[in-house]
Order: sequence, then structure tokens, then C-alpha cells
Amino acid sequence: MSEQPLLRITNLQVEFPTQGGAVRAVDGVNLELFAGQTLAIVGESGSGKSTTAHAIVDLLPGAGKVTGGSILFDGQELVGATAAQLEHVRGRQIGFVPQDPMSNLNPVWSVGFQVEEAIRANGVATGKQEVREAAIDVLRKAGLADADRRLKQFPHQFSGGMRQRVLIGIGLSANPKLLIADEPTSALDVTVQRTILDHLDELTREKGTSVILITHDLGLAAERAEQLVVMYRGKIVESGPSREILTNPQHPYTKRLVAAAPSLASRRLTAGLSVSSADSEFDLTAVASKRASQTTVGEVAISLADVSKVYSIRGSGFKSTPFTAVDSVSFDIKRGTTMALVGESGSGKSTVAKMLLGLEKVTSGSIVIDGQDVSSLNAKELFALRGRMQPVFQDPYGSLDPLRNIANTIAEPLVTHHVGTRAERTARVRELLEQVSLPWSISSRYPGELSGGQRQRVAIARALALKPDIVVLDEAVSALDVLVQAQILQLLAELQSELELTYLFITHDLAVVRVIADEVCVMNKGQIVEAGTTSRIFESPTQEYTQNLLDAIPGANIRLGA
Amino acid sequence: MANKQTHFVAPENETPLMAVDSVTGDSQPSNLWLDAWRDMRRRPMFYISGALILLVIFVALFPGVFTAEPPNDKCYLSNSNAGPMWGHPLGFTRQGCDIFARIVYGTSTSLTVGILVTILTMGVGIVLGAIAGFYGKWIDAVLSRVGDIFFAIPYILAAVVVMSVFSHNRNVVVIALAIGIFAWPSTARVLRAEILRVKNSDFVMASTAIGVSRSRILWRHVLPNSIAPVIAITTMSLAGAIVAEATLSFLGVGLPSSFMSWGNDISQAQSDIRTNPMTLIWPSLALSITVLAFIMMGEVIREALDPKARASR
Repeated sequence: MSEQPLLRITNLQVEFPTQGGAVRAVDGVNLELFAGQTLAIVGESGSGKSTTAHAIVDLLPGAGKVTGGSILFDGQELVGATAAQLEHVRGRQIGFVPQDPMSNLNPVWSVGFQVEEAIRANGVATGKQEVREAAIDVLRKAGLADADRRLKQFPHQFSGGMRQRVLIGIGLSANPKLLIADEPTSALDVTVQRTILDHLDELTREKGTSVILITHDLGLAAERAEQLVVMYRGKIVESGPSREILTNPQHPYTKRLVAAAPSLASRRLTAGLSVSSADSEFDLTAVASKRASQTTVGEVAISLADVSKVYSIRGSGFKSTPFTAVDSVSFDIKRGTTMALVGESGSGKSTVAKMLLGLEKVTSGSIVIDGQDVSSLNAKELFALRGRMQPVFQDPYGSLDPLRNIANTIAEPLVTHHVGTRAERTARVRELLEQVSLPWSISSRYPGELSGGQRQRVAIARALALKPDIVVLDEAVSALDVLVQAQILQLLAELQSELELTYLFITHDLAVVRVIADEVCVMNKGQIVEAGTTSRIFESPTQEYTQNLLDAIPGANIRLGA
Repeated sequence: MANKQTHFVAPENETPLMAVDSVTGDSQPSNLWLDAWRDMRRRPMFYISGALILLVIFVALFPGVFTAEPPNDKCYLSNSNAGPMWGHPLGFTRQGCDIFARIVYGTSTSLTVGILVTILTMGVGIVLGAIAGFYGKWIDAVLSRVGDIFFAIPYILAAVVVMSVFSHNRNVVVIALAIGIFAWPSTARVLRAEILRVKNSDFVMASTAIGVSRSRILWRHVLPNSIAPVIAITTMSLAGAIVAEATLSFLGVGLPSSFMSWGNDISQAQSDIRTNPMTLIWPSLALSITVLAFIMMGEVIREALDPKARASR
């Protein structure tokens, strides 16, 4: 390699001052990126991956500061560069695509105005007419049909995927040499994610733009980038060609990640492979194969027949239009098994869960739980039913009352249902904490002091307090980092076999489904598109929609093993 | 990492693996209130305003400790507008009464009115705000419009009208009612807005799914999580009520002159502003310092309860 790298970072150090002294977020990062290459930085939250990327364009949040090392971009030193020099580099030579498409477009200005602003700032075009034409061109290249009409619209008229297209368009508007994309699709549905990343690939390949892709998803990273950098606690633990790292991870942390990533686990299962790693604590493949070997066929625990939910949406004046969120959905769940309800946002899957839990009224159809029709229950019977069916919600930061300590939170179902004496309840809380592998010492703490994964454990303990038969898991692992997610999935599988629980598992992530579910219902626009056993759905889907979802699992195209 | 083909692996001892998601249990338990309490105790303003408030309360409860002089018994016209002398550090009013004694004995009036008004506005405001915010629908519509009507009337003006109606039996309770009845809508509004925010939290849904009753959810989960801004404005509204009492008394529609209150003292001192300005200045100063102490305390509490304000300090 005689050519000069486009970007060379040597021994980069970034610190954030806090009350307890400076915290080093990035510690001695070295990396090189050549023209036309794509590099992915992978890591969990807090690993320093975003901080590294932000340091390149000097967009560190808050009081963060580069305290050492050098960032050499195209022969120019960026550490210590003046604001004017950086402005020249930012946008014109290094484009940036931020994480959240919802908050990164200013809602009071039209999309066209914001694109034009970027074009003018980067000196791509001057003159009113030219700028406008350039803006239309950017949106068209970003894959938005009728771009000239779209120009006048406002961000709220765009879907998340369209906004991200606009942001990518803005990032690429000045034909930069390098594009930094910080988790560009983690807020989007998988199918949208795929089309956007395909599009990004196409654009950058065309122009020979180098890309730094920041992501938490190892499968995604390996699929999209030739080079992979794995970060852990502010340091690079492993880097090199992606395929090689995936098939032959060397550092124990990388091994853990590879074993825990659901997208890769699902891929391994389909290929009939298993990671024979010593660190089996995180091997999701093992979780799934254990499940497959012990599936029992019991009687039906939950049965939904033609369940519909119609909301009336307030229109103009006194009119309201009906909106069918769930459209005659029917399925049965057998005792002791896991049914996964999969669908993209807006498919109605969470509404099904709320109706099952009695948090929303059923418009038509019937829900039968253990032979009892839920809609015909009186208040007392509903109360009794609630003891036997418990939910765990998606957001571990929102589902626990921040002002009640952990012991009180877990004991709440016991108190509400008048179970046991005070001492018995304390003993039960202790037992529950043990079941979810949390120490007794956290019982006097408050949710604010716990991590997301720990809170989700507490939420699971609370759900199990009354010894329910049915647990409804509404995106219960979606907000967690991969390793934590793997731990919780493992915990859920253990609890299921121990306590013979029936799970309704609601998720948008098909890869997780492959690991945890016995049966799958795929939902789209309020209807069940396809239903069947997990292996049947994954191996021979009959519907195009299901096939699309499966193809969109990141890493689905990676060849492993062979 | 000389070029792109290299497969780099960091030495293991450089970044030793940590247990995933382990519990760090070395810090004290913390939640919003505990953190706020710890934060307040670090601020000098908390001690200054706290000491002043304690002093005011003590004076109100035990005025006899501070002055041997019963305020109205020994008013000799021979002392009219006299300057300070031994045992009478602030001098005398036109009626020949001791200014210091009158201020000391007036403290309890001001404080009682302030506390009564606060209890009234808090009570009515919290109950109505909580019901409106939590139960919503038509209850909210009715209560909010009622609140708007009361809010639209300037409460000093309304209190003037009420006090004129009760011109024959004015006392501390009547004046507190007159001020409080028109002051609750702002408390109710603040609480309603907070409750609207909190009641959509997942933890409320989780409790509903457990089978906890609506009223218990409001009482145990929603209210504790929404009350912080109300607490913060309460100490400040207490100061506002003390000023309102003084204003009404000054305007002559407050407490009758037989009551000793700072407002009355200020009112009576008007006519002597040229001859003996000190009769005006001393009670005004007492009023200002008390009000300032409560406002400072309110500010400290407000900042302590707002994690964002705490972080930016």
C-alpha cells in the first residue's frame, strides 16, 4: 500500500469533564481509511464509537474535548484546526448523517429550505435558480419521487425513512470525500433500513466516497463494510476485514459479541451451525437449540378469534373517521410455548397485546384465556385474571416508577392482590430477585440507579411476582444492548422452562424471534399475513411480505462457515 | 494496522472484560427527592433563607421572648414620633407605640395569613388539578374552565370585593379565604400539566395491568411523580400571600386596625412619611426580608428539584 490513507487517526484521546473528574471516553484509538472504502465501528452504548466519529468533525457534545492524538484527513490535521478551517472541511469534504431522523430536521422550515441551506453553505451552487435545481437534484438522488413538490413540504409530512433519505442527501450534497453515518437506520423498520442502506451503498460507490458507519449491530456492520473496528470501553479491541472477524473472532469481547448478536445467531441457525465458543454464556444459538429439544405440546392457553380494534380518529369539525388498527386477528397459543407476533411499526402488534391485557377494549371478536372470554368478565374476574397474566414493556426507563424503590416495585402486585403477610412478601421479593439474578442489595435502590438491563430484570421480577401463567413481552428486549439482550433472552428461556410460562413475544426483530419463539405470526397493517412454526416461517415463507422481512435481517447475506 | 488487510487484535490485558451489566452497589440510594435534599444542603442560600424563615417562625410563636413591651398597652402620646431610646430600639409611632414591639407582634399575623392561604391554594389546587388531569374528559373540561374564570379575575381586585362584603367581621381567616379562593388556579394548572405528562408513562400502564385501582394509581404513582413543581412554587406563593395581606391592609380593606399586622403598620405610617419616615421603613423592611427569605427558599427548592438546572450549575 503505497497510497496515502484518506483518514488517519492516531492515538486519539477524548475526555469529558464531570463532577467526579475527567472521564476518558476514547482512549488511544488508531484507524486508517482509504479512499472509496467503507469502515464500520461497532460497539455497545458507551463504548466510544459515536464519540470517535464526532471527534473527527469536531461535533463533540457538551464539554467533550480532544485531549491528544491526531486526526489527519486528506493531508490536513484536524485536531487543533481553527473554526474556519473546520467549517471548510465539514459538509464540503466530510458529510455527516445523524442518528435520529425525527429530530435532526428543523420542523419550522420546509425540507427544501434546509437542503438549499446546506447547498449554499457548502458553496455547491450560487444563485437562487441554481441552488433550487441543485436541491431538487439532491432529493431526487436521495430517492424521493416528485422532488420538486416535496421541496415545499415540511418534515412532519415525511416518514422516518424519507427524512433519513433527506439527511443522507444533505450529507452527500457537496460530494464529500468522506461520509460519517452515525447509526443512520437504528430508528427505522428493518425493511426501510435495508432500502436506505442499499441506496447509501449505491450513492457512495458511484462517487467513490469513503464511509464510516457507526452501528451497534455486528451483522449490519459486516454486511455493509469491508473493514470492521470493534470498540469496547473507549478502546479498539479488534479490527480488520469484516468477514475474517466474524468467522474467526480473536478477542474475547468480539467472541462475545459474535455469539450474542441475534442477526448472526439466526443466520447460524438457518445454516445449521453453532458457535462452539467457550464463552457459552452469550451463545444465543445454544438457547434456541435447547428450546427446540424440549418443546411440549400442551392445551391452548390463549385463543384469539376474529379480534378487531377500530379507533375513531377525530377529523375536521365534529366528524370522525374510523381507523382499523387490528383487523380480524386469530391465533392460539399453547401452554408453555412462545408465540411471537412480528411486524413493523404501525402493524397493530402492540394493540393486540393491550387488548389481551385488558388495557384496551376489543371492538369485535373474542379473546379466550383458559376457557374464559375476557370481554365478558366483571371487574372482580378481570382483577383475578390480571394476577395470572402479566406484561413486560419495551422501555425499561419508563416502566418502573422512579420514586418507588425496587423492593416496593416488585412487591406491588403482591400488595394489590393481598398475598401473604409483610414478612412473606419480603421473602417472595428476595426469591424473585434471585430468579432474575439480581442481588438483594438493590432492593432499597431506585430505578434511576440501575442500567437498562437491570431495570428490565426488575420489570420481569414484578411480572413474575404473582406466579402468572402468561407473560406478555412487548418489545421487552428491543431497547437493550446486544450482550444485555442476550442475557435477558437467556433468562426468559430459563424462566419459561422452570415455571412453565406461556409467552406472547411482540417484536419487530425477526432475528430475535428465531432464537426465542416456537410459533410466529407475521402482522402487516392490522392483519396476520402468515403464521406457522418458527422453523417453517424461516425456511420456507409463503408470503412475499415475510420473505422481505427475512431478507432485511442485517447480515442475512453474509456467508458464514463455508 | 499498517494497511487494510491487517487483522488487529488488542492485547487482552489492555481492556480486561468486565461482567456484563453488573450491579455497582457502592453509592447511596438516590431518587429525585433524595438527590434534591443532598443538593440543597450544599447550597449556602438554603442555610441563609432557612435560618431567616426559622427566625420568623420563632418570632411569630413566641413574641414575648423578643420584647418585654406589650405593643398596645403602653402607647403614650408623649412618645409620639419619638426616636429610639433604651428599650425601644426602633422608636415610636405617632400614637406613641413602640415600633419594634408592633413588628414583633405583627409577625404572627403575616405568617398565619401566608400559611393559611398556602394550605388553601395547595389543597384546592392539588385536588382539582389532580382530578382534572388524571380523569380527563368532561371533568377536566369543566374544572379547567372554572379555573380559567377564577384565573381571569385579578385576585387582589377580587379580594378587595370580598373583603368589602365582609366589612364587619374581618379577621385572619376571612382574609386568607379571600386571597386563597382566587389564587388556586395557578397551582391546579401546573399540577394538571404534570399529571397529563406522567399518567401516560409505562409504569402507570404496568400498575393498571397488575390490577391496581385508578385512585390508588393516582395517589401512589402519578401524584408523587408530578408534585415537584407544585412544591417549588408553594414557598414562593407563600411569600405572595404575605404581600397580598399587606397590600389589602394598606388599602384599608384588610384587617381592621385593631389587628397588629405589617400591612396596617405601613398603612398608618403613610401620613408620617415626611415627619417620621422610620415608622414606614421598619415594617416595610420586616416584610421585605420575610418575603425575600421565602422566595430564596423557593428558588433553592425549584433548582434542586430540576435535574437539568442542577447539572448546569
